[in-house]
Amino acid sequence: MAAPTLDDWKRMYHALWRIRHFETQVQRLAAAGEIPGFPHLSTGQEAVAVGVCAQLSREDLLFTSHRGHGHVLAKGSNLQATFAEILGRQEGLCRGRGGSMHLVDAANGVLGATGVVGGNLALAAGAAWAAQARGKPNISVVFFGDGATGAGAFHETLNLAALWRLPVLFVCENNGYAEFTSREEHSNVTHVSSFAAPYKIATKTIDGNDLPTVYAAARAAIGSLRKGKGPYLLECMTFRMAGHYVGDAQQYRSKEELAAVREKCPIERLKRYLMKRRVKQDELDAIGERARSEVQQAVERARAAPRPDPATVLDDVYRSPSLNAIPG
Amino acid sequence: MMHTFIEILRRALDEELARDASVHLLGEDVAAGGAFGVTRGLAEKHGAMRVRNTPISEAAITGLATGAALCGLKPVLEIMFIDFATLSMDCLVNQTAKYRYMSGGQLTVPLVVRTQAGAAGGAAAQHSQSLEAWFIHVPGLVVVAPSSPAEAYGLLKAAIRLGEPVLFIEHKRLYTMKEELADDAELPPIGKARVARAGKDITLIAYSAMVQSALEAAANLADSGISAEVLDLRTLVPLDMATIAASVSKTHRVLIAHEAVLNGGVGAEIAARIGTELFDELDAPVLRVGCPFAPIPFAPELERALLPGAEDIVRAARQMMSGGA
Repeated sequence: MAAPTLDDWKRMYHALWRIRHFETQVQRLAAAGEIPGFPHLSTGQEAVAVGVCAQLSREDLLFTSHRGHGHVLAKGSNLQATFAEILGRQEGLCRGRGGSMHLVDAANGVLGATGVVGGNLALAAGAAWAAQARGKPNISVVFFGDGATGAGAFHETLNLAALWRLPVLFVCENNGYAEFTSREEHSNVTHVSSFAAPYKIATKTIDGNDLPTVYAAARAAIGSLRKGKGPYLLECMTFRMAGHYVGDAQQYRSKEELAAVREKCPIERLKRYLMKRRVKQDELDAIGERARSEVQQAVERARAAPRPDPATVLDDVYRSPSLNAIPG
Repeated sequence: MMHTFIEILRRALDEELARDASVHLLGEDVAAGGAFGVTRGLAEKHGAMRVRNTPISEAAITGLATGAALCGLKPVLEIMFIDFATLSMDCLVNQTAKYRYMSGGQLTVPLVVRTQAGAAGGAAAQHSQSLEAWFIHVPGLVVVAPSSPAEAYGLLKAAIRLGEPVLFIEHKRLYTMKEELADDAELPPIGKARVARAGKDITLIAYSAMVQSALEAAANLADSGISAEVLDLRTLVPLDMATIAASVSKTHRVLIAHEAVLNGGVGAEIAARIGTELFDELDAPVLRVGCPFAPIPFAPELERALLPGAEDIVRAARQMMSGGA
C-alpha cells in the first residue's frame, strides 16, 4: 500500500469531521429526548477510528464496543442508515432492533457493536478463525476500551488468538476511564499493551490522537496480520471529550483535565499537520463545513423516516419461520 | 448391530464433517477424543484444522464459535459439562441468541453447542446438574435433549443443519446405552415431539434420560392395567404443544417428569401451558416428578436418594389414577 497522498489526508480530515458532527447530533437529539436508550459518544477518539478503518477493505470484518459510532462510520457505513438506527427507525441498519450499542452493517463488513464490555473480543477472533479456516484473505478488527481488559474474556481471547495465530487486530482505545472510574483505580497495569507480552502477541502503544501516528502504526499492524503473523494488539492512548454516556455530568473529572483534553483534539492536530504541509485554512474549513452539512442532511432525513411497525416485533427471533411462531 | 450413544454421536459428527466442509468441531480435548471419547478418531480422519482443541476458556471459545458462525462456519462446540456452560452464558445469552434479532435479520448463528448433563456415578454437585430451564428462557436459542442413541443421531444431524443457535444436551447416563441404528435413518424435524409409547389412560411427558425412566414406568403400570402414553419431547424450545394436546385430549391425565429440580423447571412451563390451553381436557391436576430442591450429592446412597426415577413416576401415576392426586 502506498503512503497516503495529501488528498488521502484531506479525505481522512473529512472523515474525522463526519464523526465529530455525527456525535454532536447524537448528543443534541439524545438531550432533546429523541433518541431512546443511552448512547455513548466517541468524541475526541476519532483519529483511532479513521486511522485504522481507512486501511480496511469492505471484506475486512469490524467488531466494536458500546462506543462504536465512529468505527462504523469510518468503515464506510451509510450516515443516514446509521443515524436512523440510533433513532430506532425502520430504515436503520438493523431496522430499529439494535440501536446505538448494537449497530450491524453486514454488507459493509460491520459485524457489530456490543453493549457487553469486552463482549466482542472473542467474536472477532472467531471471525478471524472463519477466514483462516476458509482460506480467505480478510482480517478481523475489534475496537475496545481499556475497561474491557478487566474482563476474563479479554485474556482468554488473547491467549486463543495467539495460539491459533488468528488474523485479528485488537485495537484498544485507552481513554483512561472505564465508565466513571479512572484507569488508576481499575488496574495496576498502566498500559494495555503490557498484556500482550506473555501471550507473545505483537503490540505497540501509540498516541491515538495523532492521525498520522495511528495510520502508520495500523498500517504496520495490518501488514503483519495479512502476512499471517498472527494477532496484533494496538494500544491507542486517547481521550474521551464527552462523558461515559450522553447526560453524564463528569463530576469525577476536573475542569483543568477537561480543558487539557480539548487541547489534544485530534481534528485540530490533523489541521495543524495539514497546514504545515501548506493546505490552506479556507480549504480545511470548507471540508469541515461539507462534513457538517452532509451529517445534518442525513440526520434530518433519518428523523423524517418512518418508525418500525409494531406488528413486526416478532420477526427474526429465529431464521426459520416455523420457529418464529414459538408462543411466548 | 447395536451402538452406544457415544458411538452414534461420533457417527453423526463424522458424517456431518464429511458432508459439509463448513462444519468444524472445537472444544476442550476434542482432538484427543474428548472427555467421553465422542470425537475419538475424528481429528485423524478430518484433519486437525476441522477438529480443534481449545484452552479451558469457555467464555472465549463460545464467543469464538459464535463469531465464526457469523462468518460462514457451522461450528459444533463441545462444552464438557453443562455446569460449565455457566461460563459460556454471557455470550450465549447476550450475543449468540440475539444476533439475528439485534441485527434486524442480517446475520444468523448456525452454531451447535453440544454439552453433557445429568447425574450419574458420583459426579457430584458441579458435574451433574440439569440446567436446561435456564436456556429455555432465552428467545433465540433452540434447546434439544435426546432420549436415546438413535434419537441423538437424527437430532444432532438435524441441529447442525438447522442454521440456528442450538444447545444440544446429552445425558451422561445415556452414554453407554446401546441401540440399533438403521442405515437409512431419517432426520427428525426440530420441534416435533415423539410418542415413544402409545397409551390411553395417562400421558407421561419426559425428555432426555427421563424418557427411559418413563418407559420403564409405563411397562410397570401396564402390569397393573394402567395404559400410559409416553411423550418424548426431543426439543424443549420449540415445545411441541400440538403433540401434547393430542395426547392429553385422549388421556385427560398428565404427569411431567424431569431430572432437574421442580422449582422453575421445564415441567412448570409445560404444566402452565396445559393449564391454560387444555384445562377442559383435564380430569386431574397436572403432576410433576423431579429432583427435590437440593444440589446433587456425591455418595452413591445420597445420589440415589435424591434422583427421581421410574419408581417415582409409577407412584405418582398410581396416585393420580386412584384419584388421590
